Amino acid sequence: MEIIPARSIVPGEVADPSRREILKAGLAAGGALLLGFHVPLGEGRATQSHTSTHEFAPNAFIRIDRQGQITLIMPQVEMGQGVYTSVPMILAEELDAAFDQVALEAAPPNDALYGNPVFHIQVTGNSNSIRAFWIPLRKAGAGARVMLVEAAAQMWGVDPAGCRTNNSEVFHEASGRRLPYAALVDRAAKLTPPQDAPLKSVADFKLIGKPLKRLDTPDKAKGTALYGIDMLPEGVKFATLAACPVFGGRVGHVDDRVAKIIPGVRQIVVLDDLVAVVGDHTWAAKQGLDALNITWSEGPNARVTQADVWNQIRAASQREGVVAKTLGDAEKGLAQGDRMDADYELPFLAHAPMEPMNCTVHVRPDACEVWVGSQVVSRAQAIAAKVTGLPLEKVIVHNQLIGGGFGRRLEVDGVEKSARIAKEVDSPVKVVWSREEDVQHDLYRPVYHDRMTATLSSGRIVGWRHRIAGSAVIARWLPPAFQHGIDIDAVDSAVDMPYDIPNLRVEYVRDEPPAVPTGFWRGVGPNNNVFAIESFMDELAKKAGRDPIEFRRSMLDKTPRLKAALELVAGKAGWGRPLPPRNGRGVAVQPSFGSYIATVAEVEVDRSGEVSVRRIVTAVDTGIVVNPDTVVAQLQGGLIFGLTAAFYGEVTIDRGRIQQSNFHDYRMLRIDEVPAIEVHIIQSGEAPGGIGETGVTASLPAVRNAIFAATGIPLRRMPIDRDVLAERKSV
Amino acid sequence: MTRLQINGEVRNADVPADMPLLWVLRDVLGLTGTKFGCGIGQCGACTVHLGGKPARSCLLPVGLIGEREVTTIEGVGATLAGAKVQKAWLGVEVIQCGYCQSGQIMSAAALLAGTPNPDDSDIDAAMAGNLCRCGTYLRIRDAIKRAAASR
Repeated sequence: MEIIPARSIVPGEVADPSRREILKAGLAAGGALLLGFHVPLGEGRATQSHTSTHEFAPNAFIRIDRQGQITLIMPQVEMGQGVYTSVPMILAEELDAAFDQVALEAAPPNDALYGNPVFHIQVTGNSNSIRAFWIPLRKAGAGARVMLVEAAAQMWGVDPAGCRTNNSEVFHEASGRRLPYAALVDRAAKLTPPQDAPLKSVADFKLIGKPLKRLDTPDKAKGTALYGIDMLPEGVKFATLAACPVFGGRVGHVDDRVAKIIPGVRQIVVLDDLVAVVGDHTWAAKQGLDALNITWSEGPNARVTQADVWNQIRAASQREGVVAKTLGDAEKGLAQGDRMDADYELPFLAHAPMEPMNCTVHVRPDACEVWVGSQVVSRAQAIAAKVTGLPLEKVIVHNQLIGGGFGRRLEVDGVEKSARIAKEVDSPVKVVWSREEDVQHDLYRPVYHDRMTATLSSGRIVGWRHRIAGSAVIARWLPPAFQHGIDIDAVDSAVDMPYDIPNLRVEYVRDEPPAVPTGFWRGVGPNNNVFAIESFMDELAKKAGRDPIEFRRSMLDKTPRLKAALELVAGKAGWGRPLPPRNGRGVAVQPSFGSYIATVAEVEVDRSGEVSVRRIVTAVDTGIVVNPDTVVAQLQGGLIFGLTAAFYGEVTIDRGRIQQSNFHDYRMLRIDEVPAIEVHIIQSGEAPGGIGETGVTASLPAVRNAIFAATGIPLRRMPIDRDVLAERKSV
Repeated sequence: MTRLQINGEVRNADVPADMPLLWVLRDVLGLTGTKFGCGIGQCGACTVHLGGKPARSCLLPVGLIGEREVTTIEGVGATLAGAKVQKAWLGVEVIQCGYCQSGQIMSAAALLAGTPNPDDSDIDAAMAGNLCRCGTYLRIRDAIKRAAASR
């Protein structure tokens, strides 16, 4: 189905733009009721200290055509998290639509529609899709339903109040008449959309809460689903590239004598910082690249080693940070009772989605086309426009399914490089990163160093200081949101930590690592903070002589949803039941991404330091659940993603180069290493929370604490160090 | 010219004999269901069947294939085991991003064709070469068992 350019489907101008207007309607070309509405994506954080304009700027559209097909055109992208199913479910619910008539299209980039291009970013991230769409889409669906009912009532000459809807039809009870939505779109399109259509109550939901089958998976099972890497536009050539292995380095000299005589090699593109070989197929391009003799001008980063990174951040963590949160009198609290200090660290991590970085670009004198799977499609468009010098509207971006995002596709460095290469090529060119290039030229999850200090009195925490040192990804990625020296992501789940502690201070020290670029990675700031807080909580519980769950539970009165999750998981996990020697259970709780989650991991640690995770049980209150099967899948997958980080996840730099390169030295958990996972969903009437990242955040501290219970060894950093657990090395 | 039998059809490709099958499928023949993940046989995303046995197409020079039949994800649904696996995959709702799943399904179909009732250790042995970054492993195991139980 063709995507109608978003700008052309908003009919006319609003005569009196009202601050309250939420829904705009009209008749689209070809005969379809078209509704535009606005979803506040990517605004939550940016607007904490700003007010954005309130001009009505729709960024999502519903099209109901004369065949009854209902299409949601939305700016979110599917990367495995199930939004191509769960978001349309929300629409179908309020619209009373037949779910099998609901389809979804990825919106083209449409920053031109946004009132404020700085804050209104077309982004899929921060476990935000359901949270962002929940109310706007329900209002839009409810409004559309009212219009369709009104249209039917007009046709029948009856009172709309006597009509009801179900399964994409309007019924008039008294006369027994019925009309499908398909027959009503023309009339409905002439009506003024209601701005305050009533929403259904939770008890009336028919679809929301049901485990519906995903819409995107049948094509994926057949191999016919298309990802960015599958694009084959007419006349496409294939390229692969080598960027300077040292961050910030440049190309020195390129000897291409051997490469250019390889059959199928068509062109060698030498740019400032990278070399690409273009061929008739990827194999020719790869052989050509391998045959090049490239001398790099490595620059000053060639001296940077991992020890420099750790030394720098450890030194930074000695400095007082910017205060991100304060409660009571932290100094006074820390001066009384038994004091405990502990530092925690997390390493650099690459994203390594299964689909390697790629982008297909066709640069013509008057236009540019880009085929890519992006979490930030408008930024992809903007960077291609900048590289080519073309106006924004001459850059067409075809967003595709993403073979794993995890934050990697929140960046447009791949589009930028590909567009620069494509500028030199007379045809469309698909640039595909080798896995090695993908791992070694990522924007990495930052290293973090957290200094925790707390005091205990009568078995309770009376003083708490949490100092987070790490990169401010926000300062680069969304500069207006970086205010007062505080990265709101880096302190997320620390400033809102769930425990009742009378005297508390959370500080942030910005420390940008030498050489290594940093980015968002699934679980973002909460990964670090929940790991540090929950690890420290276990050490404090031990010092206080209290059970880890009881210790936490006694301080969760102000966070009842989390307390309930903790109580549920304790029962489901059989907390307290005896275990064999060198086995242990560990707990972690988190109030992150608007979801309240408690997790218990059960592990065995052998004498050689090998850890086997036997079982993970998690209890989640994520508010109203749209598609419960997706929530379970996201938690299972997120927990496993976190286990990979706990077991194997570490990227290191030496001589300015990333040392890991492919799945043999940057390992992923395999099927034979995965524990049993139980997910228990708590029924809730609260607004939906985020879920895509929560499992990642949960598994590291739960496993770490289980190891602590099994061995008494308090790991202070990830990944798990087998030498420490085998007592060949100290913590 | 290399002559290949793919999914029951004869396909000819003017490619060097040392070119891995993966790139012939994807770039020359337009069969993009088979995925590139690592290029070194570590991830299994490129798994196809060669004479019914699973093979990593990223390391398989087309010149070595000879008369052996190649089956890809686009054609595996025509086999009994492949059809069962694909159905079970949707029944259990295994798939998230889906990028690795062509390879997972190919490995699972080959497993079931040779071992109709696999136990957990059979599944581990057959599937441990297929990485999934989304973490769908538990459902993969369930789906293989469901496919094995289906008639």
